[in-house]
Amino acid sequence: MKRRPGSSATALTWCALGLVFMIILLLPVSSWAHGFAGKRFFPTTFQVDDPFISDEFSVLIDRIKGPDAKTTEIDIDYSKRILPNFGLEFHEAYVHLKNDDGSTANGWDNLGIGAKWQFLTNAEHETILSIGTDFDIGGTGAHQIADSFTTISPAFFFGKGLGDLPESVKYLRPFAVTGVVGPNFPTRSGNASIDPDTGQTVVERNPTTLTWAFSVQYSLMYLQSFVKDIGLGAPFNRMILVTEFPMETCMSADCKGKITGTVNPGVVWAGKFTEFGIAAQIPVNSRSGRAVGVLGLIHLYIDDLFPKSIGAPIFH
Amino acid sequence: MKRFLPVTDHHRGVVLCLLAALCMTPAPALGHAFPEHSDPRVGATIAASPERVRIWFDSDIEPLFSSLMVHDASGRMVDKGDSRVNPSNAALLEVSVPKLAPGAYRVIWSVVARDGHRTNGDYTFVIK
Ligand SMILES: [Cu+2]
Repeated sequence: MKRRPGSSATALTWCALGLVFMIILLLPVSSWAHGFAGKRFFPTTFQVDDPFISDEFSVLIDRIKGPDAKTTEIDIDYSKRILPNFGLEFHEAYVHLKNDDGSTANGWDNLGIGAKWQFLTNAEHETILSIGTDFDIGGTGAHQIADSFTTISPAFFFGKGLGDLPESVKYLRPFAVTGVVGPNFPTRSGNASIDPDTGQTVVERNPTTLTWAFSVQYSLMYLQSFVKDIGLGAPFNRMILVTEFPMETCMSADCKGKITGTVNPGVVWAGKFTEFGIAAQIPVNSRSGRAVGVLGLIHLYIDDLFPKSIGAPIFH
Repeated sequence: MKRFLPVTDHHRGVVLCLLAALCMTPAPALGHAFPEHSDPRVGATIAASPERVRIWFDSDIEPLFSSLMVHDASGRMVDKGDSRVNPSNAALLEVSVPKLAPGAYRVIWSVVARDGHRTNGDYTFVIK
């Protein structure tokens, strides 16, 4: 390379710029992590969607005896923040069905893609509010498992910790609630098929449903760190007691007004990079299930594992 | 019944395996900082004024961005203003206090962990 006059000054400038850039890279990007609103840490729960956006990877194992089949499901969720308060979510599930007649079916469910905007995070009142829309893309799953039509689910998400309660009721401060409310619209109103016995066309209507799901949490972490050190040791000092109420009301077709859902009492342990959880699933009626099921959660905080690469929002 | 996208189970399996492998790669010891225990203890009633207030975190914290204050019941700052990360333990945040009169005190802290995540909190203790 030929040196030109003044190039040493240029080199120095570049060197200085490079150094500044390095320092910027090394500086901590002081930011709020996944699921925090002030002191409150909201864990990811089992079946009720998080009110926050994050960079996370989850595997949920779900086993329950439904009205006419025993279902075992492995749900895989990946969330990615694009902006600090806007993220995308991808869901997949592998489903194994054991029908009452003895037949079985296996396969992937439809691919789900969602977008969520966390438009409010209030530290003082431990409140998080988000809106989002989820698309369950029809035809992307195995046809004996998944619907052939797409379902669109706009929803409102909330999380509220009770840390702003007065001193006189300080033992209630570790409580929090989270929830989701939103309709699920099928993009096709019904499926037509021909009855092999009668030769007549049968139309099965796809109902619109309303999801109203919430969780009640009592955080032993919060109790221990902010209210009263009651001497809990590991692993209890990082536990959050969670009871979920994932409910769905049918709004059209033959099932109009009918509710399905479960009550899921369980516990979550939140470590630095991972979260583990286990819960029972108690059906609220015979349409929701016939026996108590189980839920197991394994969760990775990608933003803590890889804070400067795949765990950070793409744009700041 | 027709499928819209030619996504095969095989492809999906490979993608998920890659994603899982990515998540399993060893990570540096970072993670947001959460208090492990403190002295005086959270919500405790103690007999005499402590010399300092200390909080042990579950991971190392950034000295430049971490602080600890002690307020009295009227919200006035009573610590000596020398809050620091202990030089021999990067997970210990401490501040010294003068001899405190009986009463309720609030400890207010804010820390940035090595992963850049900020956490904060507060708690009270009472001197009899
Ligand atoms: Cu973190």
